[in-house]
Amino acid sequence: MKLPIFLDNHSTTPMDPRVLETMLPYFVEKFGNAASRNHAFGWAAEEAVENARKQIAKLIKADPKEIVFTSGATESDNLAIKGALEMYGEKGNHIITSATEHRAVLDTVKVLEGKGKATATYLPVDKCGMVSPEDVRNAITEKTILISVMMANNEIGTINPIKEIGKIAKEKGILFHCDATQGVGKIPVDVQDMGIDLMSFTSHKMYGPKGVGALYVRKKNPRVRIVAQIDGGGHERGMRSGTLPVPLIVGFGKACELCEQEMTKETARLIAMRDRLEASIMKALEESYLNGHPTNRLPGNLNISFAYVEGESLLMGMKDIALSSGSACTSATLEPSYVLRALGVGTELAHSSIRFGLGRFNTDDEIDYTIKKVVEIVTKLREMSPLYEMAKEGVDLKSVQWAAH
Amino acid sequence: MAYSDKVVDHFNNPRNMGSFKKDEEGVGTGMVGAPECGDVMKLQIKVQNDMIVDAKFKTFGCGSAIASSSLATEWLKGKTIEEAQKIKNTDIVQELNLPPVKIHCSVLAEDAIKAALADYQKKADGTPTAAK
Repeated sequence: MKLPIFLDNHSTTPMDPRVLETMLPYFVEKFGNAASRNHAFGWAAEEAVENARKQIAKLIKADPKEIVFTSGATESDNLAIKGALEMYGEKGNHIITSATEHRAVLDTVKVLEGKGKATATYLPVDKCGMVSPEDVRNAITEKTILISVMMANNEIGTINPIKEIGKIAKEKGILFHCDATQGVGKIPVDVQDMGIDLMSFTSHKMYGPKGVGALYVRKKNPRVRIVAQIDGGGHERGMRSGTLPVPLIVGFGKACELCEQEMTKETARLIAMRDRLEASIMKALEESYLNGHPTNRLPGNLNISFAYVEGESLLMGMKDIALSSGSACTSATLEPSYVLRALGVGTELAHSSIRFGLGRFNTDDEIDYTIKKVVEIVTKLREMSPLYEMAKEGVDLKSVQWAAH
Repeated sequence: MAYSDKVVDHFNNPRNMGSFKKDEEGVGTGMVGAPECGDVMKLQIKVQNDMIVDAKFKTFGCGSAIASSSLATEWLKGKTIEEAQKIKNTDIVQELNLPPVKIHCSVLAEDAIKAALADYQKKADGTPTAAK
C-alpha cells in the first residue's frame, strides 16, 4: 500500500491509465483541428471527436448530436442557465433551484438575480438532503422558465428524485436542467427516462482528463435552444465556439465507455468498501453521525460528523489520507458547509464533518488503514476536547452560555 | 494549507493536555470560544504564592488553535501572575508562525489566559467564582 491515500474522489479522480493511452496519439501524431474540413489531419481529428461523442451519448442514453463540449461542468452550468434565460427570457425570468446545489449553479443564479435579469426560488431539502418534487411543483409560477436541480450532491452524495422532477417539468412545459457532475459515470443516467432537457457533467470526475466537460442539450420533445455565451467560430452547432481539445475529448469518450462497461461491477465493489468503512467507524466511535441519505446516495460517498472534534484538526491528524471536511477552517469563506446547514445539521456538527470519497482505485487495504487512523485520531482529539469532557460530566452543551467570538 | 513545523509539533505532541479540578485550591479556569464558531479553549492555571506552578489545556478546534493553547500552557508555567498578564497574542503568532487566517486562534489563546487569571483572582479575593 502506498501513502498518501486518495479518498477525495468527489473533488476529482485520478485518470485511468487506459484513458491516457487512447489520448496519447492525439497530441503529436494526430494533432489536427477537428474543424479543418479540407485535409486528412482535420478529418482524423473530427473522426476521433465524433467517436467520443458517441461514447459519451451512449452512457447517458442521448443522441451524439445532443452533446456540446465545454471546458467542464462549471462552464456547462453557466451555459445552460444563462443560455436558457437569454433564449427564453421573453416567456419569463423565474428559476427554481435548490439550496444544496454546487456553487457553479447557485452563484450563476445569484449573479443573474443581482443584475435584475432573473428571480429565483431556492428550494429547501429534507434532513437527508433531498429535494421534494412537490416543492418543485408548488414553486412553479407563470414566469418560471427553468428548473435546475442537481442529480447527486458533492458533499453528502444524496441522489435527488430526478425522474419525478423531470416529469413535473414536462407536464408544465418548463425546461429542466440537471447538474449531474457527480452522477454521470457513477449511477445509471437516462436523459429520456429522467426527462432532462439540459445536463452538465465533466470528465475528471469519472477518471478522464481535466479541462473538458459537456452540456447535453435536448434536440427533440422539445427542441431546446440556448444562446451561446462564448462567441466565435460557431463550433458545437453554434452553442459553444472554440477549437475542440481533441485529446481531452478522446479521453472523455474513453472514460465514459469504461464507466458504462464497468459500472455494475464497480458499484458493487465501492458499496461494499464504503459500507464496511461506515460500519467499522460507527461501531468504534460513539456519537458519530451520518450526513446525507442512509441508502439513496452515491456508491463511493460517506460523510460523517464526529461530535466534539473539529474537522480541520481531524484532517491534520490524518495527513497521509486525502479527505475533505465541511469545517469552516477548510473553506475559503470561513463558514461551515452550507450543504450540511441546509440539511439542518447544527453548526457545531458541520464543523466536525469529514467526507470520504471512494473511487475506482481504492483498495481494501486502504480502507483498513483509514478505519484504524480515523478511530485513533478521533479518540485522541476527543481526549483533548473540553466539549467531550463536559458531555461526559453530564453538562448539556446547549445550555451553556458560550462567549461567541 | 501548510502548517509550520512548530504547529505540527504542538499538535502531534500537545504539552500539558488535561484538566485540574475546578474547585481545587489555587486553580483558575478560563473557557472561551463557542462550539458553533468551531473552537472552544479551556485553559487552567495552578497558582502557589503568586507563581503559576502548573497549567493545563483542552481545546476543540483546528490544529492552530490546539497549538496556540498548548504553547500558552508552556509559557505560563513558571511565570508570576503579573508576567502572565503580559503574554500577547502577537507573541503566539510569531512563535508559531501563524498565517493571517489563523490569527484568531492566538487571540482566543490570549483570551483564555486572561480568563483563567481573572478566575483565579476572583477566587483568591474570596468572591464567588464565575467558573463554568
